[in-house]
Amino acid sequence: MTTATLTSRRIPDRLDRPLTSAIFSWEMLLVVVAIAIFVANSLASPYFLNAWSLSDLTFNFVEKGLIALAMALLIIAGEIDLSVAAIIALASTIMGLALQYGVGTPGLVLVGLSVGLACGAFNGLLVTRLALPSIVVTIGTMSLFRGIAYIVLGDQAYRGYPPSFAFFGQGYVWWVISFEIVLFCAMAVVFWFLLHRTSFGRTVFVIGNNPVAAAFSGVRVERVKFILFCLTGLMAGVASVLLTSRLGSTRPSIAQGYELEVITMVVLGGVSILGGSGSIIGVVLAAIIMGLVTFGLGLLNVPGIVMSIFIGLLLITVIALPILWRRLREGTPA
Amino acid sequence: MGSLFKHREIWLAAAIALMVALVAVRFPAFATPARLLSVFNDYSILIVLALGQMVVILTRSIDLSMASNLAFTGMAVAMTNAAFPEVPVAALIVMALAIGATLGAFNGILVWKLGIPPIVVTLGTLTVFRGATFVLSGGAWVNADRMSASFIALQRGTLLGLPVLSWFAIATIAIFYLLMTRTSLGRSVYAAGVNPTASVYAGIDVGRTKFVAFVISGTVAGLCGYLWVSRFVIASTEVANGYELSIIAACVIGGVSIAGGVGTVAGVVLGALFLGIIGSALPVINVSPFWQLAISGAAIILAVVLNARGEKRQGRIILRKAAA
Repeated sequence: MTTATLTSRRIPDRLDRPLTSAIFSWEMLLVVVAIAIFVANSLASPYFLNAWSLSDLTFNFVEKGLIALAMALLIIAGEIDLSVAAIIALASTIMGLALQYGVGTPGLVLVGLSVGLACGAFNGLLVTRLALPSIVVTIGTMSLFRGIAYIVLGDQAYRGYPPSFAFFGQGYVWWVISFEIVLFCAMAVVFWFLLHRTSFGRTVFVIGNNPVAAAFSGVRVERVKFILFCLTGLMAGVASVLLTSRLGSTRPSIAQGYELEVITMVVLGGVSILGGSGSIIGVVLAAIIMGLVTFGLGLLNVPGIVMSIFIGLLLITVIALPILWRRLREGTPA
Repeated sequence: MGSLFKHREIWLAAAIALMVALVAVRFPAFATPARLLSVFNDYSILIVLALGQMVVILTRSIDLSMASNLAFTGMAVAMTNAAFPEVPVAALIVMALAIGATLGAFNGILVWKLGIPPIVVTLGTLTVFRGATFVLSGGAWVNADRMSASFIALQRGTLLGLPVLSWFAIATIAIFYLLMTRTSLGRSVYAAGVNPTASVYAGIDVGRTKFVAFVISGTVAGLCGYLWVSRFVIASTEVANGYELSIIAACVIGGVSIAGGVGTVAGVVLGALFLGIIGSALPVINVSPFWQLAISGAAIILAVVLNARGEKRQGRIILRKAAA
């Protein structure tokens, strides 16, 4: 029934929450799931509880998690970007192209970030200026961006990135603390502040709940959405720099299928796919959970494709359980 | 004549004709009927899949799991054929339809009974079904030498000068045309997409309609599982990987509105053929196949822009202006 879709859209982000709702919140559920998987991993494999293993684990989710932070804001505002993996591929390809012209490490990073930003702006322009549905636009740009990468590279690959460029994806700041995880933590704080502590973040929630009311309240809906698309593109550019640096090479098929994993992270993190509610803490927890699941199963020699069953089922059950629970409680009169 | 050109299908057909004509100027062999029929045959599977997807999109849903459903069903049918070659192909086709429908019903139940957004459900089953394909086969392939002769031969046979695969597509087009224009189910599908609230007041069970739509898309994906595996004579976990986006692209180019309620069978068939002509023309005019992805991406964006222009006139323009 139509009411089902309406009730699943809870009133978001209340200003003064009672303590009990914090205990039973989505984030707590995710923390419990994360701890359970962590314990299960430790019991299942003797190689898991080890500083270097835990450090390696972070490489599983940091690049996707960085995009998920920005994607969360975009989905809360009621839009979506399916082209992020294609942006990674295009940014990586253009970086490789720049490398052929002798561009150094700072230049490569700049190129990667600029291509990401430009792709995000292109999506944003199409969606906001022409008032097009973002899911279709980004399905189109997904083919377009990766298509350009294929036109440039064909079946070739770019290699030979300078040693200093390898730091971003392979370097350690201190002991087992990688540059990637430091960047992820920093960006998580930035996005948490942006979404939950600024007026810009408020407008993102308002737009997601009711774009028409937002427009009549003086929120510049189209401009905010445009900024969010740019932000998502930029984060895809950042992820592209990290991934290219970590792999040390570029192929046009790089990061294939990442978009679905990023969106899974965001939805698992409690962001409503219909827009209007969600939190950065939830997304960070979901990123960690996905990292734990894939790494733990990897230690047990489970092939990647079988892992995807777990991720898919995790997504469906985590969404379905609260609905079933609510249904059950409403069904039995108090 | 004026009203004729308001239809998107006419414009799309004209665009396809123009493309064929442009290619034919330099390569006349491309525009021969035999060649064009072979393009239709090559893209029969895409046409069938896109029609199933259309029904789902019309109800304001989306099915991202079709290609994974296809891979799973194709593998199940191929493995059955390899293990029991004496089972007739007709029984295998029924089996493919049943498995596909079951997987579609799984999506549909989650959407109908739990009210989970379709994009979330099918994003999950997209990975689950493909993972299940790997578990089912243990990662192994089923090759031509393990498939029975009739399994491979059926769709290659010809009937009235056309390959049987083309007849599968023609029959599907006819069934979907009747379903969407001549049955109450078809009406409910459009109504549920145009205005779900009004549909409920009109006595249409919107949730159940969505469920039926998912069963339809699943059934169609199951059928294509058999068609795909017997056409390319291989069943593997990687079959049709990423194809879900081509299916949606065919719908969008064909004028199906992602917001639901708008789209026709003729439009979707033309949308799939549009992609088919691009795909077949590029090698003929000596463009590297690496261009194909970017060109179809550009075609999708162009199609959405044109669709939006057509829809804008009826839209709530006052609110758009306030928002800008």
